[in-house]
Amino acid sequence: MSREVVFVDGVRTPFGKSGPKGLYAETRADDLVVRVIRELIRRNPSLPPERVDEVAVAATTQIGDQGLTIGRSAAILAGLPKSVPGYAIDRMCAGAMTAVTNVAGGIAFGAYDVAIAGGVEHMGRHPMGEGVDPNPRFVSERLVDQSALFMGVTAENLHDRYPSITKERADAYAVLSQERAAKAYADGRIQPDLVPMATRSAQGWGLATADEPPRPGTTLDGLAGLKTPFRAHGRVTAGNSSGINDGATGCVVAAADVADELGLSKRMRLVSYAFAGVDPEVMGVGPIPATERALRLAGLSIGDIGLFEINEAFAVQVLAFLEHFGLADDDPRVNAYGGAIAYGHPLASSGVRLMTQLSRQFQEHPEVRYGITTMCVGLGMGGTVIWENLA
Amino acid sequence: MSELVTKALVRDVELPYGAGTMALITLDNGEDHTKPNTFGEQGLLSLNEALDAIAARADLAAVGVTGKPFIFAVGADLKGVEQITTREDALRIARLGHAVFRRLGESPVPTFAFVNGAAMGGGLEIALHCSYRTVSAGVPAVALPECFLGLVPGWGGTQLLPRLIGPEKALTLIVENPLSQNRMIKGPEAYALGIADAMFEPADFLEESMRWAARVVNGDVTVERAAHDGDWTSAVDRARTLVDMRLRGAAPAPYRALDLVALAHTATRDEGFAAEDEALADLLMGPELRAGLYAFDLVQRRAKKPAGVPETEPRKITKVGVVGAGLMASQFALLFARRLEVPVVLTDLDQERLDKGVGAAHAEIDRLLAKGRIKGDKANQLKALMTGSLTKDAFADADFVIEAVFEDLKVKQQVFAEVEAVVTDDCVLATNTSSLSVTEMAAGLRHPERVVGFHFFNPVAVMPLLEIVRGARTGDPALATAFAVGRKLGKSCVLVKDAPAFVVNRLLTRFMGEVVAAVDEGTPIETADHALDPLGLPMTPFTLLQLVGPAVGLHVAETLHAAFPGRFGVSENLARLVAAGKPGVYGADFTIDPEARAIFDGGTDPSTAERVRERTLQALAEEIRLMLEEGVVADARDIDLCMILGAGWPFHLGGITPYLKRMEGLLLPA
Repeated sequence: MSREVVFVDGVRTPFGKSGPKGLYAETRADDLVVRVIRELIRRNPSLPPERVDEVAVAATTQIGDQGLTIGRSAAILAGLPKSVPGYAIDRMCAGAMTAVTNVAGGIAFGAYDVAIAGGVEHMGRHPMGEGVDPNPRFVSERLVDQSALFMGVTAENLHDRYPSITKERADAYAVLSQERAAKAYADGRIQPDLVPMATRSAQGWGLATADEPPRPGTTLDGLAGLKTPFRAHGRVTAGNSSGINDGATGCVVAAADVADELGLSKRMRLVSYAFAGVDPEVMGVGPIPATERALRLAGLSIGDIGLFEINEAFAVQVLAFLEHFGLADDDPRVNAYGGAIAYGHPLASSGVRLMTQLSRQFQEHPEVRYGITTMCVGLGMGGTVIWENLA
Repeated sequence: MSELVTKALVRDVELPYGAGTMALITLDNGEDHTKPNTFGEQGLLSLNEALDAIAARADLAAVGVTGKPFIFAVGADLKGVEQITTREDALRIARLGHAVFRRLGESPVPTFAFVNGAAMGGGLEIALHCSYRTVSAGVPAVALPECFLGLVPGWGGTQLLPRLIGPEKALTLIVENPLSQNRMIKGPEAYALGIADAMFEPADFLEESMRWAARVVNGDVTVERAAHDGDWTSAVDRARTLVDMRLRGAAPAPYRALDLVALAHTATRDEGFAAEDEALADLLMGPELRAGLYAFDLVQRRAKKPAGVPETEPRKITKVGVVGAGLMASQFALLFARRLEVPVVLTDLDQERLDKGVGAAHAEIDRLLAKGRIKGDKANQLKALMTGSLTKDAFADADFVIEAVFEDLKVKQQVFAEVEAVVTDDCVLATNTSSLSVTEMAAGLRHPERVVGFHFFNPVAVMPLLEIVRGARTGDPALATAFAVGRKLGKSCVLVKDAPAFVVNRLLTRFMGEVVAAVDEGTPIETADHALDPLGLPMTPFTLLQLVGPAVGLHVAETLHAAFPGRFGVSENLARLVAAGKPGVYGADFTIDPEARAIFDGGTDPSTAERVRERTLQALAEEIRLMLEEGVVADARDIDLCMILGAGWPFHLGGITPYLKRMEGLLLPA
């Protein structure tokens, strides 16, 4: 058997900058997830909580407040019935995307009717690579290049692979991302899917209602002078990369017939998905083979895709994708609301942000039939999900 | 002692739905929840400063107040009371509280209290001053405990609460609950009473509160409140009757509170607050409050860190034995099984008694299950833990054995000898004797150092006091273990010397002896029994006698008479009352039983109530002085702690010694 799988609704916390002065410096990662789950339940009152059959939550670093089988522990903390199970997922940056594809697979198979999928990363509490212990064989047998574990270096490597993608092009793309994000905020496209989060600090309680990372008014000149921390005279800067961020996302995914039964909104239909592996030292090319595979599975070509949400881990990785598929750097169909360079990229959470934003763009563009969400993944992977617009 | 200042931290918050900016005040003393936010002078000034800055702004749509995690604020800083030495000082603090808090109620923009955690006394009053309140469904304690200590909720509580929720419900919080072992209510009850306008779950309480506040600011939510101009007089009268029953005028605070609530019906805000200031100033300088604070400190601190506990590592308890299967024994079995969650074996020589004893404990488990206090799995676990045995062999691997057999030295010695034949060398043996010598009980044993006295009060599950008796040869390991076990049982333990009847029973018997003697001499029972009313004790002496049973009272009197014949008499009339099988001097309808009256007839030297009171207090003072000289307890504080927890003697007396100290002519040694 196979059932149609639909994206019902997605929300996220505002994203924060990691660090002692960041929005969520005093906020627990699991509390971010709890807030997202509760908001999803609140926003979809026709979904009885006991009908949620799975809570899949991704986190790259699964220790401390991101440990304890976070899908299950957050479900309990969120007040879902104890009959609702949950688990934790890790595929680095594609964690939330994998959470969605996992539960979608389960729905298609008939194991679930409705699931909550999402991700969290509090990179302030859990810096990338916290507690990892890479097997020495990686190095001794030259299984991967030493640079593979340092994402910024892999981005420099990607510039090497695509010599036509210059620092100037990357900076220009970053400026565009910031401009589009500012416009999306001004147009009220982002706010409806943000859930305000109480934040504690030495100055007392506050309320996070908007993303902290965006830098509206970013200019090419401003970016030109930034340091290239990963390589002397390199191309990758803090300005043309996503930041170090904290945040959580979540969405409701359901079998189409069950969404009808319960009266849930059906915003997008899952058409196909694919993950692919590439050389870890150029992990940023991952979206290319993943997308090719997903298109093949769907029987579609790139020309059928009307809207793109590609995670902007680094500008170069977006540009490599665009160049490969023959799309312009400023193609209006690509990241119409801007991307992670502006909003930030709390690793395992980002996949669902892409989906939520795509579903909003679908609403604006009923004439578009297909869209994709795609992202590169550490250790050399890419993930792509193709969606059909039901708006 | 310097004040742990609760700071009023302010941050701007953009309210959802475009409702504008809220200045959100966080009350935070910088410590975790184990040191809750309180208000002393500096704390009040910090809040005032925050409100100054807020008042200077024109861009705010609302003001919010919330607490630190788990705590909103729990009221005035009680430590600061010691520093108040003049009525002027007291009045100044009272007025300062009003001056600061009332700004929240007189703000040009709406003010919101987000009661995220415990809110008591002045903490709750801050919330009451605000225009609106939300409460977390997880708040464990909402209360106005002032009357419990000897104050009134006089920073607006007596004026604002009755107007908000009506006088009847307000008096429940202001007067009834404090006088009922300081009962507190939880968040949902506070919401149901109308104290809060909205309630949200704890998981995202603050966020949802701010969403709600935004909708109130935008006019999307309108808060409806009932008018309360009904019959205030009868509500206040009803509460007054209740206070009279409990206190008989013995403590001023609840009466002042009643008057203030009555006043709130008609007084203006200024008049009401001014009356609160006067009441606070009077009460702050009064001895009842000082005694109340002393008592509060005893039960909060000394009860938790008892004096005289050896540093020795307590023995780990993995199995408990109870000798006997009577009523007391099955109460022990239940308590030990529930609290220690280890196997508890009852022994008796008679299978029928054994079945009955174990059955009684199991039946109690079923009652707890039916009431929803425990779940099915827990009930199964507890029942499996409690078993019976006809032989004491079952004690072989027990670490703690307590006897609950007939109160007779020979019997108990025999029982301990039999137990010792079975148990390991370091198994602790405890006796629940109320009047026998622990030292003598241990005398014939190979290991007398393992014997301790473990004197519970009835009903065992409810009464908080445990007198732990150190016999002449009791060793540190046994004593340390006894304290550890007592604590795990949820009791407040006090170390007492092996002296006749220990503390509570000795003092109650001495006290009782004087009252009974007065009746024997010809004082009418009514006069003698009500002679102590001005103390506001929980019950009259003859009611107490009825409760414990005249036979038990007589038995303890005889024991103490044997030990101290000069001070403890044995009333022949009491013996005749027991012989007549009377349950006491009162009949079923609470009037004096004519037959009982006849038994006590014949005295020729009646006293006035005043005289009875005087001699009783003198007797108490003398007995306490002697007990301290004998070293029955470490110091007078333990006497008071025992009387508060074991006899329910009131906070406004400070137990008893603060009261005796301030009564002329009854001065105790320091």
